[in-house]
Amino acid sequence: MTAMAREPYADIRDAVAKLCVQFSGEYWRDLDRRMAYPSAFVQALTQAGYLSILIPEEYGGAGLPLSAAAAVLEEVQRSGCNGGACHAQIYTMGTILRHGADEQKRRFLPEIASGRLRLQAFGVTEPSSGTDTSALKTTAQRDGDHFIVNGQKIWTSRAEHSDLMLLLARTTPQADGMKRSDGLSVLIVDMRDAIGHGLALRPIRTMMNHATTEVFFDELRVPAENLIGEEGKGFRYILSGMNAERILIAAECVGDAKWFIDKATLYAKDRHVFGRPIGQNQGIQFPIARAYANMRAAELMVREALGLYEAGGNPGPEANMAKMLAADASFEAANACIQTHGGFGFAEEYDVERKFRETRLYQVAPISTNMILSYLAEHVLGLPRSY
Amino acid sequence: MKVLVAVKRVVDYNVKIRVKADGSGVELANVKMSMNPFDEIGVEEAVRLKEAGKATEVVAISVGPAQAQETIRTALAMGADRGILIKSDSYVEPLGIAKILKGVIEAEKPDLVILGKQAIDDDCNQTGQMLSALLGWAQATFASKLEIDGAEATVTREIDGGLQTIKVKMPLIMTTDLRLNQPRYASLPNIMKAKKKPLEEKTPADYGADVTPRLKVVNTAEPPKRQAGVKVKSVPELVSKLKEAGVI
Repeated sequence: MTAMAREPYADIRDAVAKLCVQFSGEYWRDLDRRMAYPSAFVQALTQAGYLSILIPEEYGGAGLPLSAAAAVLEEVQRSGCNGGACHAQIYTMGTILRHGADEQKRRFLPEIASGRLRLQAFGVTEPSSGTDTSALKTTAQRDGDHFIVNGQKIWTSRAEHSDLMLLLARTTPQADGMKRSDGLSVLIVDMRDAIGHGLALRPIRTMMNHATTEVFFDELRVPAENLIGEEGKGFRYILSGMNAERILIAAECVGDAKWFIDKATLYAKDRHVFGRPIGQNQGIQFPIARAYANMRAAELMVREALGLYEAGGNPGPEANMAKMLAADASFEAANACIQTHGGFGFAEEYDVERKFRETRLYQVAPISTNMILSYLAEHVLGLPRSY
Repeated sequence: MKVLVAVKRVVDYNVKIRVKADGSGVELANVKMSMNPFDEIGVEEAVRLKEAGKATEVVAISVGPAQAQETIRTALAMGADRGILIKSDSYVEPLGIAKILKGVIEAEKPDLVILGKQAIDDDCNQTGQMLSALLGWAQATFASKLEIDGAEATVTREIDGGLQTIKVKMPLIMTTDLRLNQPRYASLPNIMKAKKKPLEEKTPADYGADVTPRLKVVNTAEPPKRQAGVKVKSVPELVSKLKEAGVI
């Protein structure tokens, strides 16, 4: 029996693949040229129920485990589409689900599940603090039944295509003897009312078509009822969602790697030079074969992380390793694929260069490879902290 | 009105098929299988009839191995109400399928039976017609439009060089053509619901159907490889080559 036949979500994968067939390379190339958001694709995924896959049934979602979401995102990437435009709609709500009050869950989750409310912007990273999250400078000061937010965020993806933003801001100034990660809080910002009233977005043009922005807060008033959980404990709430995010992005990378390997293999079989298929040359075969082996290894680590996560754990090492190995595997496969295609790999109509640019992101986002290595060195191997 | 839809598990239309080394058939091991596209159109039409309030129940039937359950589940996820798998691990010829379906129809008593005009694996295009003959029911093949009005149906058929519209009496055997509709893809909630819908398992013997093969496959061969063409440098050379070939 093949691994495919044991796959528990084969039916969901099939249905996702069918949906994706309608969004061909031409669709994505056109968006790429215009740096436009894939609204029709996101709409189709929303209507088919895939973006609410993790929301419990009582709030209108499918209530499926993380591995089902991983299967969906892997299949999206494997089909040549790009889930980066909307994958956060799947998991950003996890912070509300795990730490929000019942009233907040009832207010937001059914709307998010239906797609009427988009929650896929996550305001954490700042220009001056980067990965050093607890050094962030955006403040939210209590003023009666509101918080007044001031500061700036960067690399806030999909903010222009989101109704709500999950914002991490400092609510208690840092003082001597206080833990750096204390005093941060999570707020839900309703951007529909806020834009032009203390909130401004500025798109950043990037190497690939990925709607990302800078966000500016100037005396923005956020109702105090939008505070998630307890004031000052926001950093922990954010951390608890990061493993799920990493595992899902790792699954996307595995999907990308499969797309590159399929594409490279097909081309190597069909392209004839010197009277025979180029895939007959070991110089062409071996990089693809090695990329395949590394993709399979990464896929197993993703499975390991999913298994531990679904057993109720919060597997930091495995989630991080899965993300690193899968991102490495997808980029290795991308490189083998573009090399196999020769000059044609650089031609837009082959989609290889576009996917190459897209998958390169995951060496850096949502966490840079070096930070994963530091994490493993410090927390798994017990070596001294290096930064 | 009760609608029966036949669905067949075939090699996915995207798969480049390969002939087995011994010529006994095509390679099916580790090959992606899906619902025959014409049957998908059939399921879609039945589900639309239900959504329009014209059909009360849609039953999806498949004859095939245990894995054909997945094909029935796909039909259930698209909106069919229940499924019947008639299990058979060996190839059943169109006449055998028609006999099984006749048995199912006598047990289920549907008013409309929809089949694909052909399956994309063996391209037989026979089952619907044979079934109609066995039952003595009206048939409307290659349908691109269906309208039901009480005891009568108006069906537009795709024929060579045009369209033909016929009026037939119900109950009816209809086979679908490509332009009948655009089948939906199942949504996630419907995939989940489909897992809970009833799926019965039967055998050809339960319907007293004789499925003994009457044909023997002697050989299966790949079509000959296309020969490389000739490149010409100019239009006059092209014209002279075409004249040489006697095409102009």
